[in-house]
Amino acid sequence: MKYLPLLWAGLFRKKTRTLLTLASIVVAFLLFGLLQAVQMAFESGADAADAKRLLTTARYSIIEPLPIAYLKRIEQVPGVVGVAYADWFGAKYQNESNAFPVFAVDPERYLAMYPEFTIAPAHREAFAKTRTGAVAGVRLVERFGWKIGQPLPISSEIHAKQDGDLNWQFDLVGVMDAEDPAVRGNTDVVLINVAYFDEARQFGRGKTGWYIERIADSGQAKEISTAIDTLFMNSPDETKTQPEKEFAIGFAKQIGDIGALVTRILIAVFFTILILTGNTLAQSIRERIPELAILKTLGFSDGKVTALVVAEAVLMLVLGGAIGMAAATALLPVVNGGTGGRFPPLFVDTATWVWALGIALGVALAIGLPPALRARRLRIVDALAGHR
Amino acid sequence: MGPPPTDALVQIRGVTKTYRRGGEKIEVLHGIDLDIARGDFIALMGPSGSGKTTLLNLIGGLDTPTAGTLVVDGRRIDRLSSGELSRWRAAHVGFVFQFYNLLPTLSAQKNVELPLLLTSLTAAQRTRHAAIALALVGLEDRRGHRPKELSGGQEQRVAIARAIVSDPTLLVCDEPTGDLDRTTAAEILMLLQMLNREHGKTIVMVTHDPKAAEYASHQLHLDKGTLATASPEL
Repeated sequence: MKYLPLLWAGLFRKKTRTLLTLASIVVAFLLFGLLQAVQMAFESGADAADAKRLLTTARYSIIEPLPIAYLKRIEQVPGVVGVAYADWFGAKYQNESNAFPVFAVDPERYLAMYPEFTIAPAHREAFAKTRTGAVAGVRLVERFGWKIGQPLPISSEIHAKQDGDLNWQFDLVGVMDAEDPAVRGNTDVVLINVAYFDEARQFGRGKTGWYIERIADSGQAKEISTAIDTLFMNSPDETKTQPEKEFAIGFAKQIGDIGALVTRILIAVFFTILILTGNTLAQSIRERIPELAILKTLGFSDGKVTALVVAEAVLMLVLGGAIGMAAATALLPVVNGGTGGRFPPLFVDTATWVWALGIALGVALAIGLPPALRARRLRIVDALAGHR
Repeated sequence: MGPPPTDALVQIRGVTKTYRRGGEKIEVLHGIDLDIARGDFIALMGPSGSGKTTLLNLIGGLDTPTAGTLVVDGRRIDRLSSGELSRWRAAHVGFVFQFYNLLPTLSAQKNVELPLLLTSLTAAQRTRHAAIALALVGLEDRRGHRPKELSGGQEQRVAIARAIVSDPTLLVCDEPTGDLDRTTAAEILMLLQMLNREHGKTIVMVTHDPKAAEYASHQLHLDKGTLATASPEL
């Protein structure tokens, strides 16, 4: 800490240059924070995946339904300790732009399968007991201003009622949420009671979209998946079972490999920063060769002078990085408000901060070491002779 | 040169310094023998290229001799590694240069505190020591000023305060008045004389100026890398 004034003075020797360099670092880390948040939102399904959950879909297409009769057989597979199922409703609310996922589920089975969703016991019970009941994620409730107990008119693009009408009406009996912000995006759904849905629909009765299995040992996931799929091999409805995380990653990649895209953008950004900041720091050190020689004259060792130059780079990167990340953190709630809940919640998590710190230190070392080593090799008499 | 005095602070025996320039070896100092008594004030004179600054750099531990021995305050410094020399300089030597060599971004106070960063003193102690050193050179009211806000004489006083703040045994001064007008130079030389006489600092000063050399107790003349003459008192 006692060297901080010395570092600070060196850093702001030329204020305009340093401030411009700092600004470029701030922008780089602001971009890093925002893009990481977007990537996390896309990968939140995979991140929130439970290693002890498997997903079973139709073998050749996830839109092909599976018989509900599979439930009992899957439950009997050794290692499976719980089974839930869900069907895609294909909803829109009021108009085309208000689309969100609606799943027809067995309330008890489904909510037991996802303990990370928090729901009040009374809401849970009401959902189980009300055939026309529905529960919605808290962000949807806030977005549309829904109230518990109100009718929920939802249209389906896929399922018609027995009279051919695509407009359904449910009763909102509960709200669900999640404590983990990464999971909260996964609650942007409406769950409806499959008992009513299956009875009331015109086509596809006795079928469901997919199964979710809870297994006792995540290490047995592959074997259990094979065992489930073997049960239905050569039947009209063959299955494909995989860990939930694999399914989520595969699903996200249908939109695009956001992770790879974000990584490439960030590599380009930080490479540019590396060149710009590295050049600025090297220039700054070149200008201060006589001053570094004076420090050595006063008794600062080669190692200490090297450390001071590296520390200057670290100070600039960490300072710029912290400001950039803080700006991203402050900006995301505004962005979230602007999307009106149409996009999963964006936020900067602790891991992103740790990554930012690691990148700041890595870039600082990359740009600080070359001039630092030059300062280390500096011979006092030569440097002072050049200054006379 | 007679037998070394028993209280010699600096003992130089057979010191040679050779530089390589391109493929050529240039011997700047040829077998120098010299003793400098503790508490002495030596003016090292001679024409340009005579080796004055090279000898001063060796005495101050900024460079090491090619051959010979160099003992300062009972310690052979010609055998010290770079790191050991750094620590030795920090503890035993204060430097004053012709162009002051202050850090332009730091205040006078912070410039004077620089050598103390290498000690275990607390921030408050560093501040107090630097304030005392600045008061000693008559600049207590300029503590917060940066070098560009000071005159040349004031800058050199700050440099002297920086040189003495860690209470070194030896002060080495390379043309300390070379960049100053006559009156200011006289003030700086009187300050050095005061540090020598009243605070017992041993001073080795390189100068071209015979008038500046008169402030020293003794004068040494270097010519082509050899000690040519010494004043009778040495």
